[in-house]
Amino acid sequence: MGDQAQLLPGTLDLLILKAVWLGPLHGYGVLLRISQITGQALLVEQGALYPALFRLVRQGLLKASWGVSDNNRRAKFYELTAAGRKRLREESDGWNRLAAAMASALGARPEEI
Amino acid sequence: MRLLDRVRFRIAATFRRSEMDAEMEAELGAHILHRADDLVRAGMNRVAAERRARIEFGGREKYREEISEASGGSFWRTTILDLRFALRVLRKTPGFTIAAILTLALAIGANAVVFSVMNAFILRPLNVPQPQSLYALQQEDQPSGSASYPNYLDLRDRTRSFETLVAYNVIQVGLDTGENPSSSWGEEASGNYFDALGLQPYLGHFFHATDERGPNSAPYMVLSYAYWHTRFHDDPGAVGRVVRLNGHPFTILGVAPPDFNGTLLFFNPDFFLPLAEDQLLAGNDPNARGNQWIFQVMGHLKPGITPAQATADLNSIGAYLEKTYPNDVGKMRFVLRRPSLYGDYLGKPVRAFMAGLMLLTALILLAACANLGSLFAARAADRSKEVALRLALGSSRKRILRGLFTEAILISLAGGGIGLLGSVVLLRALSAWQPFPTLPLHLSVNPDAKVYVVAVLLALVSGLLFGAVPVKQVLRTNPYEVVKAGTGRSVGKRVSARDVLLVVQIAICGVLVTSSLVAVRGLMRSLHAHFGFDIANTMLASTDLSMSGYTPDRIPAMQKRMIEALKALPGVESVGLTDGLPLSAVGFGDSIVFTDNTSDLRPSNAAADAPFFNISPEYFHAAGTSIMSGRTFTWQDDKNTPRVAVVNRQFARKVFGSEAGAIGHWYKIKDGTRIQVVGIAEDGKYSSLTEDPVPAMFFPILQSPTSSTILVVHSRPGSDNASYPLGAAMRNALRQLDTGMPLQIETRDKELDTLMFGPRMATASLGVLGMMGAILSITGIFGMAAYSLSKRLKEIGIRVALGAQRREVLRAALGRAMNLLAVGSAAGLLLGVLASRVLAFIVYQATPRDPLVLAGVVLAMLILGLVATWIPAQRALAVDPMKLLRED
Repeated sequence: MGDQAQLLPGTLDLLILKAVWLGPLHGYGVLLRISQITGQALLVEQGALYPALFRLVRQGLLKASWGVSDNNRRAKFYELTAAGRKRLREESDGWNRLAAAMASALGARPEEI
Repeated sequence: MRLLDRVRFRIAATFRRSEMDAEMEAELGAHILHRADDLVRAGMNRVAAERRARIEFGGREKYREEISEASGGSFWRTTILDLRFALRVLRKTPGFTIAAILTLALAIGANAVVFSVMNAFILRPLNVPQPQSLYALQQEDQPSGSASYPNYLDLRDRTRSFETLVAYNVIQVGLDTGENPSSSWGEEASGNYFDALGLQPYLGHFFHATDERGPNSAPYMVLSYAYWHTRFHDDPGAVGRVVRLNGHPFTILGVAPPDFNGTLLFFNPDFFLPLAEDQLLAGNDPNARGNQWIFQVMGHLKPGITPAQATADLNSIGAYLEKTYPNDVGKMRFVLRRPSLYGDYLGKPVRAFMAGLMLLTALILLAACANLGSLFAARAADRSKEVALRLALGSSRKRILRGLFTEAILISLAGGGIGLLGSVVLLRALSAWQPFPTLPLHLSVNPDAKVYVVAVLLALVSGLLFGAVPVKQVLRTNPYEVVKAGTGRSVGKRVSARDVLLVVQIAICGVLVTSSLVAVRGLMRSLHAHFGFDIANTMLASTDLSMSGYTPDRIPAMQKRMIEALKALPGVESVGLTDGLPLSAVGFGDSIVFTDNTSDLRPSNAAADAPFFNISPEYFHAAGTSIMSGRTFTWQDDKNTPRVAVVNRQFARKVFGSEAGAIGHWYKIKDGTRIQVVGIAEDGKYSSLTEDPVPAMFFPILQSPTSSTILVVHSRPGSDNASYPLGAAMRNALRQLDTGMPLQIETRDKELDTLMFGPRMATASLGVLGMMGAILSITGIFGMAAYSLSKRLKEIGIRVALGAQRREVLRAALGRAMNLLAVGSAAGLLLGVLASRVLAFIVYQATPRDPLVLAGVVLAMLILGLVATWIPAQRALAVDPMKLLRED
């Protein structure tokens, strides 16, 4: 799959929430959506997705229901719950702050200090 | 509430599992199909696409586990999975499983039994309220708690640190309830006994301090629950009845509570009497300050008083008594002890014995764990491929170890359960057992909750212990290496700690097997030996005429009538009377004697200390004791003729220098009375079968009359049978003389049982320990052989391929185990022979210089080795080189 970055720990959950926020998806669909929204820059092992999905369901952030996919196959679809929406908002803010801080820190030049 | 919900959710999750599993499978399947669809769209053919999709997905097993962990309820679910897997694996190797469970059952069972006994003897307090503040008085310089009655009263009335002090004494009396009079054991207790101990009667009421108004003022008795149950068949009407003790009327006041068996462990009295009645029944003088006939004094400390304060208080009273009554009161300083084991007298040896036993059983458990550890290590080695495969498929090491521990715990719990069950059965039997029929001695060792908890904990701990042995092995497993190259052959140290441990186990087993065989042979021999009297065709009828109210002047006539009555019975050849019995629970008196020319009759000048028996003329004939020279007694040897004696040969040798020099000569007894020797009897055994020759003397009953009456009845062979039970006839004949006479009738060999108790117990415990040692050795050798075999399987395969014979294969596979067995057995046999010298003190004629014993030991150890190596040997012989070599 080319030159891709490893996921930072804890980022997979957030990516899944974001992917599903855009609309209900089945597992493989989540994978494709993540690939799409990250511009194929992040590597998600296919199998590793499912423990995360089950964990999010158990935490009440996602809910799952069986449906039929575009390929006309039976598949389990995930969508955000209210709690999931809230969590996504909080985590996104947190990440943005962290990313900004990191960018600022890493972009610092001698003359600015 | 939330917790409850969560628990419910967990349980529901566990049960919904199969449904969830199916759903998960469907979901993962859908993922792969969708990916394959994409690949097909990209131009791949369907079959290749699905294959590719599966590979891309990664280790499905691993994700499945992660998913189940992520979706909650995973601990129980994993545990159930582990359990199911462990059960399946254990079922596949029944030999291993049974050996492991049995070993552990024995070890845990032994620990449970010993702990339960320790619990009952040492840890569990008496069945009275507030046992922790109950202390018994013990003299500082000797392990005894006895006191005289006046001293007890002074201590009771002057102490400021005890609530009050109670006293009791042990007494044997003849009890006549109107039917079948018998001799029974009771406790004489001070009037405040029940009230001070805080007990409530089960029926009726107790006697109180106010009932005591001087000697013989309180003819009352309280029955123990057990005695009321067996003797009065739970009849509530027993309360208020009048029964006769030694011929005197006593009123039954009530019944003690069921769980109260007196205040002395082991000794369960039939009833309780007021101490004030002692003079009437046993004749101890309540006013003699120097006569310490009271068995034990005890009491509850007042609240806030420490034992040290109480001791100081008692010692100051003691000092006062010493000063006031210098003639009667010796040094009087106290220490406080627990009453149940009679202070240090029983307490010390019992505690030491129990500590030793506990240590021994703990070692057994440790050895069992070590053996099971090597068994587990062997299994882990056998399964290294399976482990490697699972690791390669993405299973975590944690998960695999968890599985192994599940197996270990499963085995330890099964073993612990079986062991506990066995020990409960054994303990129940022990509690119901009355080792001496004439004494109310019981070992109340029923297990309680503490015992169960300890057994389960021990099982769990040992499971973790031996389960941990293969951990390192699993952690070291490198899946790629193992799968690629098969089990690597690790070259072990020449002699490992495990080998030493095994040799020690085998040696101990050898010692135990040797000594139990020696003991069994000794016991067998002692049943056919002659001890200076006959055992066969002999019956005994015992009573104490003072118990049925006979005064000394009436006793000789009554004894003569009893002899005549028994002699008249059909089948009876001769009847002798004696006041004591050699080799029996009844016992006999003994006295120091002096040579005739000794004038200073100090104990240090004594020529000998000899047992004596006061006998009727016909006793020697009835007992089967031969007279070597001289004469026996006649009824003419009475108070009006000079004192005479028959002595045994050892007496003659020791006091007179020779047998020939004894007859017709005189010697002196303790009070200076001169006695002439008229006959010499053969030597015999008196106190124990293993004693050296002991001097003994016999006196005519009319010259030294006693109330203790033992009739020795020698009958013609075959005259005691089912159609004519001699014992019943004897009882009938004697009851016709006196209906209220307590009687004990039994065969001579039955009476010998008491004496054989020690040797039999020693033999039995050696046998049990020997069995345990054998089982431990078997699992030890089995584990070691299996382990070394699994390590060398490939080498053996190559040997077979190169044409090795069965013998060579076996030598390669089992040589080490067999060497260890030989070394251990030889050491064990040698040590066992040495140990038998100690055994000779307990068991008559225990000698290892007996070809049967030596052959027996060698045979036992051979069988042991055969059993232990049978399965590994079969495996070694079944090695198929083609299969083995192909596998790698």
